[in-house]
Amino acid sequence: MAIATSNAEHHAEHSEHQDLRVLGLLTFLASESLMFGGFFAAYLFFRGITEVWPPENTEVELLLPTINTIILVSSSFVIHFGDAAIKRNDVKGMQRWYTITAIMGAVFLLGQVVEYLTLGYGMTTNVFSNCFYLMTGFHGLHVFIGLLLILGVLWRSRRPGHYSATKHVGIEMAEIYWHFVDIIWIVLFSLLYILTLF
Amino acid sequence: MTQVEFPPNTPHEDDKTQLVSEHTIHPQAWKWYDYFTFNVDHKVIGIQYLVTAFVFYLIGGLMAVAMRAELATPDADLLDPNLYNAFMTNHGTIMIFLWIVPSAIGGFGNYLVPLMVGARDMAFPKLNAIAFWLNPPAGALILGSFFFGGSQSGWTAYPPLSLVTANTAQSMWILAIVLVGTSSILGSVNFVITILKMKVPSMRWDQVPLFCWATLATAILALLSTPVLAAGLVLLLFDINFGTSFFKPDAGGNVVIYQHLFWFYSHPAVYLMILPIFGIMSEVIPVHARKPIFGYKAIAYSSVAICVVGLFVWVHHMFTSGTPGWMRMFFTISTLIVAVPTGVKIFGWVATLWGGKIRFTSAMLFAIGLLSMFVMGGLSGVTMGTAPFDVHVHDTYYVVAHFHYVLFGGSVFGIYAGIYHWFPKMTGRMMNETWGRIHFVLTFIGTNLTFLPMHELGLQGMPRRVAMYDPQFISLNQICTVGSFILAASVIPFTINVIWSWIAGQKAGDNPWQALTLEWTTSSPPIVENWEVLPVVTHGPYDYGIDNHSAVPPSGATEVSA
Repeated sequence: MAIATSNAEHHAEHSEHQDLRVLGLLTFLASESLMFGGFFAAYLFFRGITEVWPPENTEVELLLPTINTIILVSSSFVIHFGDAAIKRNDVKGMQRWYTITAIMGAVFLLGQVVEYLTLGYGMTTNVFSNCFYLMTGFHGLHVFIGLLLILGVLWRSRRPGHYSATKHVGIEMAEIYWHFVDIIWIVLFSLLYILTLF
Repeated sequence: MTQVEFPPNTPHEDDKTQLVSEHTIHPQAWKWYDYFTFNVDHKVIGIQYLVTAFVFYLIGGLMAVAMRAELATPDADLLDPNLYNAFMTNHGTIMIFLWIVPSAIGGFGNYLVPLMVGARDMAFPKLNAIAFWLNPPAGALILGSFFFGGSQSGWTAYPPLSLVTANTAQSMWILAIVLVGTSSILGSVNFVITILKMKVPSMRWDQVPLFCWATLATAILALLSTPVLAAGLVLLLFDINFGTSFFKPDAGGNVVIYQHLFWFYSHPAVYLMILPIFGIMSEVIPVHARKPIFGYKAIAYSSVAICVVGLFVWVHHMFTSGTPGWMRMFFTISTLIVAVPTGVKIFGWVATLWGGKIRFTSAMLFAIGLLSMFVMGGLSGVTMGTAPFDVHVHDTYYVVAHFHYVLFGGSVFGIYAGIYHWFPKMTGRMMNETWGRIHFVLTFIGTNLTFLPMHELGLQGMPRRVAMYDPQFISLNQICTVGSFILAASVIPFTINVIWSWIAGQKAGDNPWQALTLEWTTSSPPIVENWEVLPVVTHGPYDYGIDNHSAVPPSGATEVSA
């Protein structure tokens, strides 16, 4: 591994091309969103072939998820304030906003758990509940990963000089990932919750 | 363009890593044991991909030979039918996911793309290593699944069959494919960014080698389609292990949605397996025909066209799955349309050959063999792309014949051509031409003998994926079996040739084929950072016979003997 490390360090400091990590993440997320696309397609397919959707006794509740949605969507703005702060070289401000984002993400996850516990049906009840738990669960997993990224950023920002106005790719990437999680949730919320009203 | 002097690679002062030896500080060439480490150099990773994939090729080939031996007689007398099914499934899986995709995209792509665009490495070297190292565990899962009976539902793993056979093995199979898919996505991110952003500044878009165009199209296709397969396989995994009922019709599920999700990836997957090969063809043919490639832009854009149209043809695998009439019509049309850009490429290569000073090296023999066989496979593909005919031959040996013509006669021939062509660059030594020709003749005869009779078998109605068949098919099946033994024998001279040449072949020099693309401007094998001084592009990649171009390294570059 010594070889890999020394070379990787060397590559990471190549001055011959710009930092491409953000572009790479965007490409990856474009791909990742298509995995959710597959789930959405399956969901819509099942919705199309099932007469009553969602079936009786497996309806979704709307209040808690709506609050959750508001929390998650607003956290996207909060994390953007953090990004703006670091671009002004304000590490403290970044840490503050990112901490708030992390708390909001944790509250969202907690809300999901509460929702699971209060729904009254499980994953194996019928095809709708299969889709519901799988899609929200996979999204929850992504929220959790985003949370880890944000906590990682906060952990690293403890080191003085690690992030600055000119060096904040990690912060930017955590922010982009969080936006991605947010956008997926908006589509998911529309499909799983709002569509059931019609 | 001003030449960039590259700073010497010295370890950082704060680098706490204990360096293994002197050669890791500034290696001029990798040692043999570097190929067994988590190395991040794209050349090492490319060779790791190629060698690993080749090992799996041998394993999958042995399975194929066992199946053909079984099919020499109508009864299931050699293999247990369940074992036959497991071999059939894993032969397909290994050949697609662990041989052609890793070697064509991962192997050649990783090795050549940075060299061709004038980069010192891929955009994300560590990610590249991660992408490769996801492959061996996947192979281990596939092989390990045999201890649990082996997955037996065909490489397509259609439910409900995949829900009722060998569930542990099926789960391992799913995890293996997800690993390979992840590897493919990570690799593709790397290719897209490398080709878009890491080109040497003096290279214009119309000077990018066609292999890079093909790899770019491949990578975009992989990015768009692979995650959908992952979604489908996750649903299947939950159905098998966690009691959901996505694909259980008696509980409100539906099996056709799996087919949609599966083919949305797996039809583009066949383009993933052939687009890099098209790229290899576009590199090999001009070099050995000593002519500029005919229709550079047409070939480049047709790669992109295949990438786009290839995303909208998947339902032609499902014409017999109860798809509605409008869908059959739409996907018949789109399937026929995708043959057009492919035809553009074929005509471009034939026109390149036309009037060229052709050197019949082993690489060129395989490239020309590919041309003929791929046209065969392509034409039978067009026939099957039309729904009415497909309803007749669906799931017969006609299908098997078709995709073996395009995958073996296309992809594998292309990989062989690529190996013969770039082996001097990778190892610094030439391969033996005589053995190469013996290899070509055996492979060509074997391929046609094995797969040509299958067309007739399919038209007569012999179903695929069965260990026992009606005695009326025995004579054609025995011809196929003889052909498969010839194919198996054909790999032996190749393997010996590779190993022998690698150890003691004739020294190749920097540019044995007098080629013009950038990878030939550096030493063979290339030094660790590819160039002492980045090359300057002064001519197109295929300007053969024009203006007497010669590919020489820029002044100031030091020759490094291998």
